[in-house]
Amino acid sequence: MNFDLTAEQEMIRRTIKEFADEEVAPGALERDLAKTFPVGIFKQLGKMGMMGLPFPEEYGGAGADTVSFAIVTEELSRACASTGITYSAHISLGGAPLNLFGTSKQKQEYLTPICTGESLGAFGLTEPDAGSDAGGTKTTASEADEEFVINGSKCFITNASYAKHLAVTAITGEKNEKKEISAIIVPTDQKGFTVIDKYEKMGLNASNTTELVLEDVRVSKDHLLGKRGDGFKQFLITLDGGRIGIGAMAVGIAQAAYEKALQYAQGRKQFGQSLSKFQAIQFKLADMAMEIELARTMVFKAAWLKDQGRVFTKEASMCKLYASEVCNRVTNQAVQIHGGYGYMKEFHVERYMRDGKLLEIGEGTSEIQRMVIARQIGC
Amino acid sequence: MNIFVLLKRTFDTEEKIVISNGSIVEDGAEFIINPYDEYAVEEAIQIRDSQGGEVTVVSVGGEEAEKQLRTALAMGADKAVLINIEDDIENGDQFTTSKILAEFLQGKEADLILAGNVAIDGGSGQVGPRVADLLDIPYITTITNITVDGTSVKIVRDVEGDSETIEAALPLLVTAQQGLNEPRYPSLPGIMKAKKKPLEELELDDLDLDEDDVEAKTKTIEIFLPPKKEAGKVLEGELDVQVKELVSLLHSEAKVI
Ligand SMILES: Cc1cc2nc3c(=O)[nH]c(=O)nc-3n(C[C@H](O)[C@H](O)[C@H](O)COP(=O)(O)OP(=O)(O)OC[C@H]3O[C@@H](n4cnc5c(N)ncnc54)[C@H](O)[C@@H]3O)c2cc1C
Ligand SMILES: Cc1cc2nc3c(=O)[nH]c(=O)nc-3n(C[C@H](O)[C@H](O)[C@H](O)COP(=O)(O)OP(=O)(O)OC[C@H]3O[C@@H](n4cnc5c(N)ncnc54)[C@H](O)[C@@H]3O)c2cc1C
Repeated sequence: MNFDLTAEQEMIRRTIKEFADEEVAPGALERDLAKTFPVGIFKQLGKMGMMGLPFPEEYGGAGADTVSFAIVTEELSRACASTGITYSAHISLGGAPLNLFGTSKQKQEYLTPICTGESLGAFGLTEPDAGSDAGGTKTTASEADEEFVINGSKCFITNASYAKHLAVTAITGEKNEKKEISAIIVPTDQKGFTVIDKYEKMGLNASNTTELVLEDVRVSKDHLLGKRGDGFKQFLITLDGGRIGIGAMAVGIAQAAYEKALQYAQGRKQFGQSLSKFQAIQFKLADMAMEIELARTMVFKAAWLKDQGRVFTKEASMCKLYASEVCNRVTNQAVQIHGGYGYMKEFHVERYMRDGKLLEIGEGTSEIQRMVIARQIGC
Repeated sequence: MNIFVLLKRTFDTEEKIVISNGSIVEDGAEFIINPYDEYAVEEAIQIRDSQGGEVTVVSVGGEEAEKQLRTALAMGADKAVLINIEDDIENGDQFTTSKILAEFLQGKEADLILAGNVAIDGGSGQVGPRVADLLDIPYITTITNITVDGTSVKIVRDVEGDSETIEAALPLLVTAQQGLNEPRYPSLPGIMKAKKKPLEELELDDLDLDEDDVEAKTKTIEIFLPPKKEAGKVLEGELDVQVKELVSLLHSEAKVI
């Protein structure tokens, strides 16, 4: 048993922490208010080689491990959750399926620009009528002249406005009266492909969430990602990895909220003493510190299992579920400790609370995580 | 060009520092590359990239300094040398460090040696000039700009807020002042490669030095934190009343007069 980070992981942590404090945190409040996407930050992350973190060097990646991915996602999210989700989705939803299921030619063509940061990564799974039940996909890809002709729509897709291409799931046929779902790589500038960036969101305002409309979008057959009919299996595997990213985001936001709350409680005086001297407040802060520590440990465990090539489905679900619920409790209490000031945007904590809510929803809601865990423990 | 950078591991003075039993508690403290040395590393890399050659970072310290050396390698330095004095020296000072560094640099045919202007812990600003003196090469402190052209070097240095332009020739030792450059973040590929770059570890023996040769010339009597900052006082009223009050406070309370 060894809880130490490796020398590389430690150096990555220091570097990204410094970057997050100096470059990401300062504009977070303004970006949330103005809903501006952090383009410049992602240019810098690209220059630092962070955009291809876990992917092979031959495609421009850095060959780092999942623990490092969790560290970077946590630190970015601590500074700005919108930056965190953009990064997490870029790596774990955009790049990962290409790396896992793509041919070497596809990786050369589509993974390389993701590693360099030239394109952001995105993944189009959710549809208006197919969310938790992602198998309920209605988007179709029929075949004509050696091409797929894709029709349908996707909703809530992260990063698509900044992606040059993304994998979407679509029905490619029927087998034994069951829908055959496949993943197909589609360039976003293809004729008939529209990306709509119009949502008014509760939080993560500086992140890019889009609606995709596909009308007779034609791509050649070699755009099929992985095996035909494996689409469902592939996105389950993809989401396992993505959940580690969401868990890490949750830890980062919670950490930020806790640090603000602790600092505020030490400075703010009521009834002649600091809030941090009241046991009621101390207990809140103690619970926060404990829960964050546990959530982080679980995120690292799931990441470590993945790095060891072991089964990690259950642990990924557990870390995502636990960390996102911790994040929601902690951010709520951080607002509480700030009293009326916490309700004001300039104190940051209300943003953490709004941003954190997504983590109980995206990449499988809390209910879905409990279903996954229940299945894993043999129910 | 054969470039050397002198680098010290120091605690981060922006983080909380705790003193116990007359020394700084290392457990839980954050350690960094001395910020002025970080400018030196950055400048060395830039000069190497434009002029060719090799950057070697050298640190005198303990085992733990390997982390800071690896960080410099991740930024882009080519080689690192750790002169580990952990087992040999209990109380060193600037004399100790510069003597060891000079002994190491002797015969290395360095074209350019870069150091920090001061280390933020000790704050003496002595190591750079002392090393140059021992090596019998010229030195220029607190530089804010450097251009190398063949063996001639043009330097701008900070003189208490003003700047002075100096021309010099290699070999040369310079110390970096804030404003020299904006140190880069180590890149992720740089971090991944840092472990594979050469890091040589030496001890006093390897430099043919005895503990007596480098014995400190100074003694640390006491280490203490500056007094806690009290809330300020704003004087009010007529100007001459304020002045009188200020003078009396400077005498009686601040006791500076
Ligand atoms: C900001 C944001 C970014 C997103 N990014 C992406 C992206 O990049 N790519 C992508 O494909 N998708 C993305 N999504 C979509 C997200 O994954 C879905 O919103 C999520 O899976 C839930 O689906 P739904 O919204 O259709 O809710 P529904 O599935 O309609 O769920 C509504 C409620 O019913 C519950 N529920 C559903 N089924 C069950 C059941 N069997 N038992 C008990 N309770 C149940 C759910 O837990 C939930 O509480 C994003 C969403 C948001 C908000
Ligand atoms: C939108 C909005 C509208 C408002 N409208 C009005 C208005 O119309 N008129 C008006 O007068 N005020 C108004 N307020 C102010 C509101 O009543 C105060 O914000 C509230 O009473 C809390 O005070 P505070 O913000 O100073 O927090 P604090 O008193 O500083 O409290 C901070 C935290 O410390 C806790 N705490 C404080 N003391 C103790 C203790 N002894 N033991 C344990 N915990 C303690 C609190 O419960 C809280 O969690 C409004 C506030 C908001 C946000």
